This record gives sequence, structure tokens and C-alpha cells, in this order.
Amino acid sequence: MESSARAFKENARAAVADPQLKRALSHVKEGFIGKRAKAAAKLPEFEVLRDAARDIKNHTLDHLDLYLEHYERKVTETGGQVHWCPTAEDARRAVLEICRAVGARTVTKGKSMIAEEIALNDHLEANGITPVETDLGEYIIQLRGETPSHIIAPAVHLTKDLVEADFRAHHTAFPPERPLSEPRQLVNEAREVLRGKYLAADVGITGANFLVAETGTSVIVTNEGNGDLTQVLPRVHIVVASLEKVVPTLEDVSTILRVLARSATGQECSTYTTFSTGPRRAEDPDGPDQYHVVLLDNGRSSMLGGEFQDMLRCIRCGACMNHCPVYHAIGGHAYGWVYPGPMGAVLTPNLIGIEEAGHLPSASTFCGRCESVCPMRIPLPKMMRHWREREFERHLSPAGARAGLALWAFFAKRPSLYHFVTGMAAPLLAALGRGRFRRLPLAGGWTAHRDMPAPEGRTFRQLWAGRRQGESR
Amino acid sequence: MSEAREQVLGALRRSLRRGDTAGTSATASRLAEHRRNLIPARADLPRAEQVALFETWAVRQAASVVRVSDAAAVPGALAAFLKAENLPAEVRMAPDPELEALPWRDQPMLTVTKGPARDSDAVSLTGALAGIAETGTLLLHSGPAGPTSLNFLPETHVVVLSANRIVASYEDGWDILRARFGEGTLPRTVNYITGPSRTADIEQTIQLGAHGPRRLHIILVGANADAERD
Ligand code: SF4
Repeated sequence: MESSARAFKENARAAVADPQLKRALSHVKEGFIGKRAKAAAKLPEFEVLRDAARDIKNHTLDHLDLYLEHYERKVTETGGQVHWCPTAEDARRAVLEICRAVGARTVTKGKSMIAEEIALNDHLEANGITPVETDLGEYIIQLRGETPSHIIAPAVHLTKDLVEADFRAHHTAFPPERPLSEPRQLVNEAREVLRGKYLAADVGITGANFLVAETGTSVIVTNEGNGDLTQVLPRVHIVVASLEKVVPTLEDVSTILRVLARSATGQECSTYTTFSTGPRRAEDPDGPDQYHVVLLDNGRSSMLGGEFQDMLRCIRCGACMNHCPVYHAIGGHAYGWVYPGPMGAVLTPNLIGIEEAGHLPSASTFCGRCESVCPMRIPLPKMMRHWREREFERHLSPAGARAGLALWAFFAKRPSLYHFVTGMAAPLLAALGRGRFRRLPLAGGWTAHRDMPAPEGRTFRQLWAGRRQGESR
Repeated sequence: MSEAREQVLGALRRSLRRGDTAGTSATASRLAEHRRNLIPARADLPRAEQVALFETWAVRQAASVVRVSDAAAVPGALAAFLKAENLPAEVRMAPDPELEALPWRDQPMLTVTKGPARDSDAVSLTGALAGIAETGTLLLHSGPAGPTSLNFLPETHVVVLSANRIVASYEDGWDILRARFGEGTLPRTVNYITGPSRTADIEQTIQLGAHGPRRLHIILVGANADAERD
């Protein structure tokens, strides 16, 4: 996917000013946070399971090469094939070759963030193959020509009236006067439209929440059942997955699953957890004849062994963005690339470069909520700080780079960045609480002895500029 | 292709700062032992209570459950369910010897065909390898007796589950599969299914019946209904 992360400031400013987006994003705050808290409270072992999940991934990452080799051996033994792909381009090419070899015209797709990362749809389309997204949220944004704004709820930035308008515009075979204002009606219509697509597709592409070394298995975790229809009906099943998805055993997957759904949607478990191993067996009455795993590195191997290794524990549950005040205010698109929110602020610079994504690690109030809910206990704020330090060093001459220099000085010397950060911080702080703050991130020295009044939502400079344009609030 | 493989594995090893065999014994023993991690105590219960826990969770996740005393009562229970739900008296059944052995002749109005799901099939009937009490989850797998399409394509999925196949945890499910298929290997598809399909993609409101079944109905065999209900 092409990045607009450089334009983060402009993106964020536009997002904050968008009333429709604000309405849609209110569902994030209302929905996810309470549900996660309830689900966590219902399981007494939840916190201990988080530790266990973290330890499983740490062990795996320390032996990642060995587990991947074992995984590949098992895939091959069961008749499947692993395609090693150092870059996004390699992965696109691998998928296209498989599709071409079977003369595919349409492919159905289950939700996959890796497919977004490698911009697979555009590539297939450019080569005459029609990709059809089947996850409801993904289907909606495909109709709109958009990208996901959330890693587990891709259409969370949309209200139902917008979806209704899209369906009316695209589903022209349906009677124009049909009622379509209720979510129920929208879901039914999408179900009807997509049914035929599953049956007609030559290839089904899914992502993977996990790869299991013990058995050479890929795992998808879904609620809709679209991923399963995608991978059982066509002749060919392609899994696109990044290499850090591997875990050692089926027991290890089970442990991580117990924290995944609870952290993501607040469910006890997702409706469908599906384990796929190789193509259909000779005596199986259905299932695909071919099973391919397109295994993507795309910069992850260089995160290993360094200060960003912990990020590779991420299981893409979305809890960090669901609890992030910055995400609540600006949504996912403003981040400018595939992965939004705190996990994106750490991961994106690793994958597309800090030059491109340098603003993202600053898009934080350092409130620490992301780390406190991350099921894999990833120290997200600490890693955002790593990036900021790197940015700091990159911008100062090496001789002048001194750790003791205050962040303040850095921003103060850069008026545009300073305005951006304060411009973002003011509406955020205003949204976080009216009245007074007893504690402020990065200002402990100040708030230790006094409360800081919560800003009214704009900085003085913005108010001043607004006043001059005759605009008042 | 193998060049790409070496490139990726080489990059991983450089980052991890070690040669290509160090650590092999640690990973080999972990894979061979596949030791259990912490399992929540929730389902660590006497058998009858496990069955009750399974039912409680299945219903909470929007499945419906009916208990019958023995397998011979399954065709009647199925016919009654279809009638109550206003569904046609036609089912697509898995070619599973245990289901084939049921007294279908008792229900002459019911049309039963066998095989993988077709687009036109409204109701499917399958068995299940196990029920997981922890979350009210069904464990199914592909094979000659279990076409996977039956679990997803029809609007209504009816599952026959013997109460004595209910176990505590996912880990128990893995042990059952290993006993049946051997170490380090699984059938093409293993499905853990909890309730009917759903989506919250439109304004975060949950709607049942997204792309998979709208209804999941479980006929629980051999847990004597009346004795255990109260
Ligand atoms: S960083 Fe943690 S909370 Fe965020 S998506 Fe990844 S696992 Fe979930």
C-alpha cells in the first residue's frame, strides 16, 4: 500500500474536523473498551495468561528460524507449499504466479492485513484478476475504494447511512425502493451478493492469525464464516502470512487464543477458529486441491534481535487502538498506512522507514493505556520513545546529539512540529477531560505540585488564526 | 525460490546472531512434548457439570441446544426443530456412519441426502468429534465423514453431539485428534465452532448470520434431560 504517513499532520487535522468520522468513531470508545474489560474480568486467569502468551512468543522469536524450518517441513509433508518472500514485491509475484498457473479469473479473499501491506488487490486487478473481499467490513471499503481504518474492524470509520448509500449505488440488481436503513438489512444484502462469489471463485486467499510449527497448520480466527467459505470452496487456497505468525505447538495457539478474542472484541472466543493443514486429502469430499503459503518477511527479520523485537509479538487484536485517545480522535486513515494506532506508530516506521513515517511515533499522549491492555504486553510507549530518540538523533548533528537535551528544546526549535504536537494535544486533552488534570504525561514535574487546566480544545495560535478569519466558536 | 528461502533464513540468523543449528534441541523437545500451558480452571469440573457448562456457554453464544436421551431420538428431535423453525423438511447430511445408522425411517416426511453442501441446501446435519465445555465450542474436522462445506454454506447447521464427548478444554481436543491422527499431523480442516456466524462490522452492532449459518442447533445425546435439568 502506498503511504501518506508523511502527511500525518494534515490527515489528522482533517480527521478531527470531520463530524461524520467523529460519529462513527464514537462506537469504538463505547463498544470495545467496556466489552474487553468485562471479558477480562470474567476470566480469573486472564493476567497470568497474558504473561504466558508473551513468554510463548518470546521463546518463538528467539528461535524463529528453527520453528519456520520445521513449519515448512510439515507443510511440505502434507502436500502444501511454502513460498518464501523477502519483500512485498516477491509476495505479490508469488500470488500472481499461483493464480495464473490455474487460469484464475476471480479470487475471493478473507480479511488479511498482510494482503493490504503488499497491496495485493491492486496488483491482481492490474493483471486482469478480480479480487472480491468477503469480510463484510472489507467488502464495504472495497466498494468505496478505501483502505481499512482499523485492523479488526476495517469499516469502523463509516456510519450505516454511508453503507446504505454505497449498497444502493452498487447493488443495482435489487429493487431501488427496498428498505435498507437497518444493519440487519445491510448484512442480509451483502450476504446474498457474496454467496455467488464464493461459489464462482477459482482461488481463495486468506490471511493467518497463527502458523503452527508442530503440524504445518495455518489458523484463521473469524466471526462471519467468510474466511471459511473462501478457503473451502475454490480449488486453490493461498494463505498470505508474515513470518512472525509462527508459534510452536497447538497448545501454544490455544493459550494465545484465550487472550486474543477477549482483548479484541470482548468475546469469550470468536465464532470460528479454523486450522488448515495442506490441501484436501484423497478421500475428502471437499476442500481445495492446492494449498500455498506465501510467507512474507518485508523488514521483520531486521526487527529481530533489536529494540523493536517485542513488536513482533503482536497478534493484531486491535486493543491498543481501541483504547488510544489519539485513535479515538483521528481514526485509522490519518496514520497514512496499513497499521494505525499505537501498534502502527511502532511498526510502520520499521516497515516503510522512519523518513516516511517519522510523525507517527509522536502521535501519542503517552498515557500508557495501550500497553496496559496489550495482551502480549508489548511496551508500546517505550518503543515510540525509541523512535523519537532516533528521530532526534537523525535531525541533530551527531556531535550535538545529547541524550540530556530536553524534548522540549527539540520541538521548540521546530515551530511546525511544535504547532503540530500542541495542536494535536489540545483537542485531545480537551476530549480526555474537562476541568483540570492532576497528572499529565511528560509533565510530571509540573503536575506533581499543581493541576493544569484542561485546554478548551484549541491552542492560542489556532484561536487567533480563526478569529482573524472571522470564525468564532 | 530456494534463494529467497536462504535469504530470509540468513537474515533471521544474522539478527539472532547465531549459526543455523544452535538451539535445535530446545525447539525439538518443545515440539515433541507439546506441553500444556496454564488452562483456566473454569471447566475443571465433574462430568455432569461439564456438560451443563458446555450448554450454558453454547446458549450464551446464541446456539440452541436440545437434549435427547439416546441416539434413536435424534431424527424426531431434528424433525421437531425444523417444524418449530418453519424450515423445510430436507437436510443435507454428512456421510458419517454414526448418523447413517440413526432410525431415519421413523421420520418418513424428512428428506435426507448425503454429501458436501450445495448452494441450495438450507439445512445441514453433521456429527462432532468433541464439545469443549470451557466456551461451549464444537470440534469438527474434515474427512470422508465430514465435508467442511456443511459447516458453513447452509443457513442452518444442526450438530449431533454425544454428551460423553464433552471435554474441558481445547487442549483435550488436541489430545483426541492426536490419538486419532497421530503426532504432528492434522486433517485438512479442524473447525472450532462457537455459535452461529455473526458480524459487528456495521456500527459495532452484532448481527447474527453474516456469511456462515444463521442458526446453530445442537442435539445433545445421552445427557438425560429431565434428570439433570434441575
Ligand atoms: S500491539 Fe498489542 S494491543 Fe496492539 S494490536 Fe498488537 S497485540 Fe493487540
